Amino acid sequence: MNTALIQTEIWVLIIGLAALLFDLWLPKSKKSTLGYYVAALLCVVLYFHFKLDVEAMRLALAQDSNLSKLMTLDGTAIFLKRIFLASGIIISVISCTYSKRFKSGIGEYFVILVFALLGMLFAASARHFSMMFVSIELITVSFYVLVSFNRNLLSSIEAGIKFLILGALSSSILIFGMALVYASAGSMDLSAIKSMPTESVNNPVFILGFIFLFSGLCFKVAVVPFQFWAPDVYQGAPTPTTSFLAIGSKAAGVVLMLRIVYEGLPTSALFLRDFLFGISIITILYGNLCAIPQKNIKRLLGYSSIANGGYILMGIASMNPSGAEGVLVYLAAYMFAILGAFSAICFLFPEGKSEEISSIAGLQKRSTVISLVLTLSMVSLAGIPPLAGFFGKFFIFKATLEATAFSNIAWITLGVAILGVMVSIYYYFGIIRQIYWPDYNSDQNAIKLNFVQVVVLLVSIVGILWIGIMPSEIIEAARQASLSFW
Amino acid sequence: MSPVLILILLPITSGVLISLLRGKSGSLARTISLILHFAAVAIAVSSFVQLGKAPVNADGVAFAFIRDWIPSLGIQFYFGFDSVNAPLVLMSSIVCFAAVCCSEKIKDREATYYSLLSFMSAGVIGAFCSFDIFSFYFFHELALVPTFILIGGWGAGPQRKYATYKITLYLTGGALVALLGIVLLYINSNAETFNMFSILAAVAKSPLSESTQNMIFPLLLFGFGVLVSLWPFHTWAPLGYGHAPTGVAMIHAGALKKFGLYGLLRVAIPALPLGSQNWVSVITLLCTGNLILIGLAAMRQRQLHMLIGFSSVAHMGFVFLGLAAYNIIGITGALLIMVAHGFLAALSFGLAGSLRDYHPDLEMSKMGGILKQAPFLGFGLAIAFLAGCGVPGFANFAGELLIFFGSWTELPKPYVILAVWSGLIIGGVYMLRAIRKVLHGSINDTWKNLEDVKGMQKLAFSMLILALVIFGIVPGSITTPAQAPLTKLVEQVDSQRENKTAFKQESNPLKSDQTLVSSLDHQK
Repeated sequence: MNTALIQTEIWVLIIGLAALLFDLWLPKSKKSTLGYYVAALLCVVLYFHFKLDVEAMRLALAQDSNLSKLMTLDGTAIFLKRIFLASGIIISVISCTYSKRFKSGIGEYFVILVFALLGMLFAASARHFSMMFVSIELITVSFYVLVSFNRNLLSSIEAGIKFLILGALSSSILIFGMALVYASAGSMDLSAIKSMPTESVNNPVFILGFIFLFSGLCFKVAVVPFQFWAPDVYQGAPTPTTSFLAIGSKAAGVVLMLRIVYEGLPTSALFLRDFLFGISIITILYGNLCAIPQKNIKRLLGYSSIANGGYILMGIASMNPSGAEGVLVYLAAYMFAILGAFSAICFLFPEGKSEEISSIAGLQKRSTVISLVLTLSMVSLAGIPPLAGFFGKFFIFKATLEATAFSNIAWITLGVAILGVMVSIYYYFGIIRQIYWPDYNSDQNAIKLNFVQVVVLLVSIVGILWIGIMPSEIIEAARQASLSFW
Repeated sequence: MSPVLILILLPITSGVLISLLRGKSGSLARTISLILHFAAVAIAVSSFVQLGKAPVNADGVAFAFIRDWIPSLGIQFYFGFDSVNAPLVLMSSIVCFAAVCCSEKIKDREATYYSLLSFMSAGVIGAFCSFDIFSFYFFHELALVPTFILIGGWGAGPQRKYATYKITLYLTGGALVALLGIVLLYINSNAETFNMFSILAAVAKSPLSESTQNMIFPLLLFGFGVLVSLWPFHTWAPLGYGHAPTGVAMIHAGALKKFGLYGLLRVAIPALPLGSQNWVSVITLLCTGNLILIGLAAMRQRQLHMLIGFSSVAHMGFVFLGLAAYNIIGITGALLIMVAHGFLAALSFGLAGSLRDYHPDLEMSKMGGILKQAPFLGFGLAIAFLAGCGVPGFANFAGELLIFFGSWTELPKPYVILAVWSGLIIGGVYMLRAIRKVLHGSINDTWKNLEDVKGMQKLAFSMLILALVIFGIVPGSITTPAQAPLTKLVEQVDSQRENKTAFKQESNPLKSDQTLVSSLDHQK
């Protein structure tokens, strides 16, 4: 086995283990600074990841018969690893402020965060069922802990239990699906499944297996009908965990879906496209409609994350090159918007105060930066130019329009998606409304931010505006990455 | 540097600069945005005057600025002037400047207000300067969020919240539907870039099939139609404008609303001649809705600003009529009205706004004698009302006249003629009634201490009135240069429509597929 091929993952593992050790020497009052060290080291890893000679690594991978069965280093994998590393860095920084609220185990929080990141990095590369399952479990098991980290809060524990039970159920569904597909295809390798004969594709065992497999992944992406955990867990979990769940865990599920649909699905099984469009219709409707009456901003973002899963699924279901490209652009844009929103929430609400929308009333007078970040994130999530989210939606709509040539349901999906965007404007703008023209009497105390917090907020502003105004680089990167599917 | 690029960058600079002030000084924010918007007016006027002499590129665009934006999709920054968009840009920049002037009474969080207003005007000016359809759309949407925050945050009136959501949701929905149409058009046309000229050239070379056109055109018609308040999608407009702060209503009703008309004029109809032909009867029917039903609704209004809101919706009916006719006279008239109505709407909303600054209730039966009390304000309102009912001497008259001629020859349906005629009568009724109620008669106690407009506001209104009169007396300064590009558009539409009828006559004798195949064999 050529270990150079998984050097990024090995370094991340070393960072995790080092953090575990280093934690022992840190005095109790300084434990939360561990996040800064972790973030700094991850920055170095990200920097070297940009410097990697990817072509040479792909050649080496092709010669390594063991590893090449398990993993791939195609453009999508590289693109997503960078997204995971970037979000991991920002979330470790946010966690530093937040972790002071934990009663114990502050050091472990960062260690488990790094392990979840490690799972995501492996998931980005996985192209074999065993690898997929192990990496997705590494992510989910880490999140069981991360979600219930506020041990003194009942809501956090409740969220953890919910996530544990439903997560275990979905894992069993996932592995059952894998077993059924293996039973009909005779292999757990995606390329072997793709080239399986037509008669075994029409076998109900394969169809059932695919649906089970997909359902298992739907849980990770929080797609209807496997979305029930999302609002409760988003609300109850510590805010940095919620944001990592919203980006990392979701994107890991999405990349596995992309791989299974684009690399593993035989040509004769393309009729499953309509099934996927159907799920995305229900998801978009459910997420957006349920978000309307929400009073808690984290819960609202939980529903919005369900709706966003629906849009991403549209891109996957269109099964054409612009679909894959659209999903990648969407994820990059979504990352900045979510990071902006959750870091704003994290800095805005003091310990012990629940994240009610009414308490951000008149925020503009309290902190210009936070209100700007929150406004830009909401507008970007709604998908309005000139911000990042617009290009994500634009590409996904374009892909679906191209898919209308093959599927009439694509038209219905587009109609529902437009409806969904209009509904989403209602609740996203409801937050903006509270910032600029509040309905409630506002708290007048100015919010004090330290230097690192301002930097984090500025990074998300720059990211949202950068993808929104100068998108050509990220679009080109996504296009190159999605070429690996063709 | 191209003056057009500077023109777009000025309001953006104003917005960014003011937001960097972080609310420290309100009067500084106002000064910055006044200066930069005035500079924009100066550049727009000088470019408009020089347009005839400036060198043009292959597309007939002067001062062109072209840079790749998203190369993989053929999306560019393609800004410039030709004789169709130049009058619109000129109108937008004057309206935006006037809107900044009329925001004098804003005293709450001024920096935020002016920076959002600047982004709004950047959206308007950028959209009309763009020849790339994508950036055209992109700039229009740039104005959406500022509109939401401005109407909600600084608007007035009992239904402010409802009106704000209504205008935002309608505009987003319309824009999204139009976006679908634009993307479908681009994909199907196989054009290399997203700019109007290359899409039109690609479509001229290999026209889209009639069924594709029939599918795409309604998306563009209704998408853009919602943005222009085509009946029955107009309900957001009077309500939204009635509750918006003065400056926002001026920019939105005056300039931003012309976005959809410009898109239909420039892209949708010429690229989809057959689709639009099949939808002509629907467009005509809906625009009679604008002319008659909205006119009747305007007659019933008791509040001055609601009357102005409804009348501005009713005026859109004329433009749609010109677009439905799509001959050279008709669309020249449509262009002229788009410009004239921009000035007119800004003027009337501005004046109504300065009345409302004095007293929030604009119920017309409680007003009267404004002309005597505040001569300049009253004079402006009289001009606005007279221009609104199409009195000769103002640019609106010239445009409406052209549209009558255009639609008379092209759409000889009796109900259209009846509609246009009664639309004019209705317009005359409510406008003249408003003059009597608001301007004449004795002064009501509420309005006894009304002061006349002065300072920057007076300057802004004078500019708008002057523009209405100048283009009313010399409409040729817009119509003559626009002749060439508009003729090109009309020719493209006509040639495809004629080809289709020719093809139909040829194919009529062929009874079945069998004969079609054999005749094709024979041709070989």
